[in-house]
Amino acid sequence: MTRYRNDPGAVRALVRADSVHRDVYVDRELFDVEMEQLWRNAWIFVGHDSQVPLPGDFYSTAIGREPVIMIRGADGSVRVLSNRCAHKGTKLVSAMHGKCPANMLRCPYHGWTYRLDGSLRTVPLKSGYDGTDFQSTQAAQGLPEFASVNYRGFVFTRLASTGIDFHDYFGGSLSSIDNLVDRAPEGRLEVAGGVLRYLHDCNWKMFVENLNDAMHPMVAHESSAGTAKRLWQDAAPGTPKPMVIEQFTPFVNDYDFFDKMGVKIYDNGHSYTGVNFSIHSQYSSVGSYERAMIAAYGEERSRQILAEARHNTVYYPGLTIKGAIQAIRVARPLAVDKTLIESWTFRLVGAPDELLERTTTYSRLINAPTSVVGHDDLHCYKSIQEGLAAGVNDWISLHRGHPPAEEHPIAGVYGATNEVPMRGQAHAWAKFMTAGMTQE
Amino acid sequence: MADHHSPEFRLAEFVYLEARLLDEKRFDAWYELFTDDARYWMPLTRGQPDGRMHTSLFYEDKLLLKLRIERLRHPNAFSQQQPSYCQHVLQQPALEQVVHSAAGVPVIAAEFMLNAGDFLMRTPFMYVETQLDTQIFLAGIAYHHLTSIDGTLRIRMKKIELLNCDAALPSIQLLI
Repeated sequence: MTRYRNDPGAVRALVRADSVHRDVYVDRELFDVEMEQLWRNAWIFVGHDSQVPLPGDFYSTAIGREPVIMIRGADGSVRVLSNRCAHKGTKLVSAMHGKCPANMLRCPYHGWTYRLDGSLRTVPLKSGYDGTDFQSTQAAQGLPEFASVNYRGFVFTRLASTGIDFHDYFGGSLSSIDNLVDRAPEGRLEVAGGVLRYLHDCNWKMFVENLNDAMHPMVAHESSAGTAKRLWQDAAPGTPKPMVIEQFTPFVNDYDFFDKMGVKIYDNGHSYTGVNFSIHSQYSSVGSYERAMIAAYGEERSRQILAEARHNTVYYPGLTIKGAIQAIRVARPLAVDKTLIESWTFRLVGAPDELLERTTTYSRLINAPTSVVGHDDLHCYKSIQEGLAAGVNDWISLHRGHPPAEEHPIAGVYGATNEVPMRGQAHAWAKFMTAGMTQE
Repeated sequence: MADHHSPEFRLAEFVYLEARLLDEKRFDAWYELFTDDARYWMPLTRGQPDGRMHTSLFYEDKLLLKLRIERLRHPNAFSQQQPSYCQHVLQQPALEQVVHSAAGVPVIAAEFMLNAGDFLMRTPFMYVETQLDTQIFLAGIAYHHLTSIDGTLRIRMKKIELLNCDAALPSIQLLI
């Protein structure tokens, strides 16, 4: 029995102006529908173009359930292709990273080959198809190429063949990517420092919502950040402040701090916390980096770029970025209660090594499967997943800061303890879950 | 028969003790096994050259180890409300030979920066961590760079090469 597939009314009824139905997090059919609708209608981050610097270089991943290859073509452009042979569906590449020998993709099963733009190149013993309908099929066209945009190195795709335009989808939220890239004296990034892959036993939304949740750090992270703060208070006077103390202790700042940092809301579920300042604002400056920035941009522009210390930007639904420390986290949904969180870091090209060390340190301390901060976050997400399995109350409250007349969140700046980012995400969820549905 | 007086035997006993202290959660005694400048390192990738320009799973100095130990005892360490327990199963630790180039530069185990009189032990292991109904198994090789401080063995670096360091991992909440 299907309750939600092809019933846009039933899906929309799960999201109210100030609350969300628990099925959004725990219902298996809804997860399937998310993979068929939301993760195909929305623009999803695939990878960074520095991962595929030369023609024939590829990176393979999955967008929802769709295996894809991000590949640099002979013409130098980056494409997002289906990673399944047009013949029987074998994945053409299974390595995460690699280079295509002889600039072609070759299926490991029957040896079909494709050019770097996905077009079918050769089929062994092709005469076997003589007199058949093969030429009129989709398979004869080769590998489907998905719509993609390379925005300042960040490659996004929309799997659905029609739908919202990239710039209409992200709008002004792209300013967070701009600020991240502008932080490189040479104006470009390179993926560096490794990718942490942390398995989360929870729905992907627990993680994504948490990134703009300013009411949890002082509670959930008391045992880790609070202990760091106490250990630092016990340190002998004159001890130089270690980077790890700088990174841990702001997590237990008070409610006033977290509220006043501010949250900016955009359409379609995107938002960022840290409009005015953030937990990253008080990091020690690195003199050689600031000099490189001034040399590249001049005093005034350099100051503007570095004055931004955005906390987390959510590019709904799948990408979150931390521009101030050139780190991103990618949510990859695996099942209704299983999500892979990848943490990537970047080298700011032209910046000294200290900047890379700062971001690899942060990722290790906060985002690793071994992180004392991550452990308590994930503990809460798992607990929510278990708690919502029970129907004692079907509705999850998102009332904090909700004005009675607000039907859906209005773009603008709010106090960051407002639950407006989650209301915005829920609204976008219903919109892109139903955008491709046919009314029955 | 093992020679109970051989240096190898004494070094192996030290490695067994270190794992046992973790399994028994005797963290303060465990912490004292490390030199003041020690590192506890679990790289994220195979052959990872360092822990600064590349993210690691652990790259802890004594401050971070202290933080981890104190946090495990914190009443609001929510992920440990239901406590985790661990068990190390060690293969016999072997004294590792450090290979030098003709110029006297170490080419194998170069990352440990061994001084005269230091030792490097290599110990394949299995590690089990359990939290009520959830149990994880990990395997790898532990390297202990040991040094003598005032006649007492101490760890200058414990490096853990996790067999599946590149896997999507669940929470690892205790110390390997």
